[in-house]
Amino acid sequence: MANHDIDITVSRGTVHALVGENGAGKSTLMKILYGMQRPDEGTITVNGERVELHTPADAIARGIGMVHQHFMLADNLTVLENVVLGAERLHGIGGRARNAIKKISDAYGLDVRPDVLVEHLGVADRQRIEILKVLYRGARTLILDEPTAVLVPQEVEALFDNLRELKSEGLTVIFISHKLDEVLSVADAITVIRRGTTVASVNPREVNARQLAELMVGSELPSPETRESTVTDVPMLTVDGLRLSEIDPDGIDRVVLDSIGFTIHKGEVLGIAGVEGNGQAELVEAIMGMRKPDNGTVTLDGKDISQALTRTRREAGIGYVPEDRHRHALLLEAPLWENRILGHVTEQPNSRRGILNPAAARRDTERIVAEYDVRTPGIDVTAASLSGGNQQKLIVGREMSHNPKLLIAAHPTRGVDVGAQAQIWDQIREARREGLAVLLISADLDELIGLSDTLRVMYRGRLVADADPSTVTPEELGSAMTGAARGHLEHPAQDAADTADETDQAGE
Amino acid sequence: MNKLLKKIDGERLLLGLAAPVLAVVTALVVTALVLLASGKEPFQAFNVMLDYGSKADSQIYILNKATTYYLAGIAVALGFRMNLFNIGVDGQYRMAAFFAAVVGAQLHLPGVLHILVIVLVAMLVGAMWAGIAGLLKVTRGVSEVISTIMLNAIATSVIAYLLSPGRLAELDASGNVSTKVIPDSGHLFNIATKGGSLYGFIFVAVIVGIAFWWGLSRTRFGFDLRTAGGSDSAALASGVNVKRMVVTAMLLSGAIAGLVGMPELLNNSYQYSLNFPTGIGFTGISVALLGRNNPIGVAIGALLWAFIERATGHLEFAGYDKEIAGVVQGVIVLAVVIAYELVRRYGLRRQQSRVGRQLAAQAVPSKNQEVSA
Repeated sequence: MANHDIDITVSRGTVHALVGENGAGKSTLMKILYGMQRPDEGTITVNGERVELHTPADAIARGIGMVHQHFMLADNLTVLENVVLGAERLHGIGGRARNAIKKISDAYGLDVRPDVLVEHLGVADRQRIEILKVLYRGARTLILDEPTAVLVPQEVEALFDNLRELKSEGLTVIFISHKLDEVLSVADAITVIRRGTTVASVNPREVNARQLAELMVGSELPSPETRESTVTDVPMLTVDGLRLSEIDPDGIDRVVLDSIGFTIHKGEVLGIAGVEGNGQAELVEAIMGMRKPDNGTVTLDGKDISQALTRTRREAGIGYVPEDRHRHALLLEAPLWENRILGHVTEQPNSRRGILNPAAARRDTERIVAEYDVRTPGIDVTAASLSGGNQQKLIVGREMSHNPKLLIAAHPTRGVDVGAQAQIWDQIREARREGLAVLLISADLDELIGLSDTLRVMYRGRLVADADPSTVTPEELGSAMTGAARGHLEHPAQDAADTADETDQAGE
Repeated sequence: MNKLLKKIDGERLLLGLAAPVLAVVTALVVTALVLLASGKEPFQAFNVMLDYGSKADSQIYILNKATTYYLAGIAVALGFRMNLFNIGVDGQYRMAAFFAAVVGAQLHLPGVLHILVIVLVAMLVGAMWAGIAGLLKVTRGVSEVISTIMLNAIATSVIAYLLSPGRLAELDASGNVSTKVIPDSGHLFNIATKGGSLYGFIFVAVIVGIAFWWGLSRTRFGFDLRTAGGSDSAALASGVNVKRMVVTAMLLSGAIAGLVGMPELLNNSYQYSLNFPTGIGFTGISVALLGRNNPIGVAIGALLWAFIERATGHLEFAGYDKEIAGVVQGVIVLAVVIAYELVRRYGLRRQQSRVGRQLAAQAVPSKNQEVSA
């Protein structure tokens, strides 16, 4: 279930922000509003009139327009041509269209030049054309999907001026984002979505970024108490001076990871908190050998694996529960027992001396299905036919079946129902007792606080803060996640001396 | 549990058969309509085809043709399994056969060894020609579709240049330009039947088919190849070196492509001349599509293809246009591709909803939990 019990009311002439972590269900909601997906139940009302949106054309006819995160423009056409493409019947393709574009551009301060080729324009200009395209088609309600993701700060300001202009002309803007400071500066109303449902509607003047972050990641779930420490002083994974830069689609060299260093000991869970897109995914892929860092070393159990291939790293004892299970952990159209082999094809019982052993792999799949309570009618069904939670249980079971020394778990319980979530937590705790080291990446602060022995916060590719999970609050973490706090996060009531050695350990 | 498992499997088998049957029936109906539109009686034509196609000499002809088509189909299928579209089988097998013919004619070795060397040369040349496309793909990001098409054209020119008197060919008595004839020791055995001689290379084709099946489904390498073909990202995360796999798959596909010209060279012509059959690589694509990259499916596809070719060849004498062969083949491929995709999607959706229903029935408590989340 992607979304359920969504209640949202957007008033005319406002900028209404929709915030939530990636995967919280924002995009699904937007697709429903734009007629790209049909809801199973519930109603949509536009201007007091109940509507059924079957296709985007229906939505456009009702005055709802969408500006996608990824622009849909033809580079080799002019701005004018791009705008009229598909809407030739409105004002033709000649002078009348040009006048209409000029009029809209002037009215909302979009500053669009109709005869420039789109390939000569920058990102911000393209975005304005997308907005103009939507307005040209008569939209009175605009949906903007993470519009600031591609912009630099000055461009963001300019966009917000445009949005205010639109608002003052009586148009409605639905603004999707997870950048909280931006949301607070432009929105008139905010709705928070978490785990596919609307959890709060707040007034931006009455909340701060911290509170919003807390709402976004949630804190109502019972966090598992695992206070008896199993941390040893034997280092299992040491990452030192890791730096990774990448050339983004605009040709700019961006530093994705910078001077990352940490140590995870046997029996320790290191949690990394952070708003998504701050380098967590890249860090995991660098440790797995899927990306080549510029410099830095990765040491597993005393062996330098900085240059090793992904397969060698896996064989050396890294279990990997990826963030995006459909892309990285499953062959969706292959049966479960083949998915059990995936990633461990060179290991027992899957194969011996290069020859697969399907019978043994099947038997072991049966075992995983039973032990990890994977709900499936059999091991010959395709992975695609299982629910997300059951897919995840299979993946966790598979990764745990090869006695890993280190488990990398990225959002291990995302999109998983509560029952399976508790089970996965149990398994991580169980393995930790047996000396497993765990690198836990999560957007769920309760999960992080509940499972971790040590917490680090990642912001813009750096580890900027650390905290003791037994004392830290979600608010404190939230402020570090948005870059507002750095260093060791301390509870005001806590004596500084109490946490001094924690700092040393975490600061390695 | 077990019962359901069987049910799903049975259903899968049924769905698997449904697609090709649907496609062939569609093709027959469309062909009948085309015949009707041209004012001819269709059932008579089908009768003529069936009669002529099942004669003893036709059977041998079909088996010999199918051997060649099968190898081409397997070469293409191997690429498909890795998500590579090797359109270049055509150039690969022609280059391979040409150089194998040149080398083979120069050698004088004991029988088995001579044949082995010729076959190895062919596989090597085919692999190298395909490998160029593989390397270009991983180093420069050139689509293998484009590069293999271009390599086909280059192969044509290279062969045209070298296949002339004074270079690697000579003018024979009847005025044909061809390479020297391979000596007897390099001839592969033929099996004499009352329908004519059956190429001994058919056994190699069978071995290739078995190796293809075993290699893909029973070895680590095959699993890695299928993984990389199924999902790039999952392959990367699971530790497959995807780039190396692209090159390896191209090399293997090319090596098998190198075998395509061998039945003709070792069992029939013993030389590469201007008459050496061309265009078999493209037939291979159709055959691979028809057989859904499955070794048995490809065999059926190759046989069907050869049958249609043989049977329609005779239609002319019965007053029909021989172009009807192209119509039938074209419609079959089109129908097969569409039917497979439709059946695949239907099957996947059906299985999903079936599993969902099955679990919903037994998992009421977990459903409650989900709602409370």
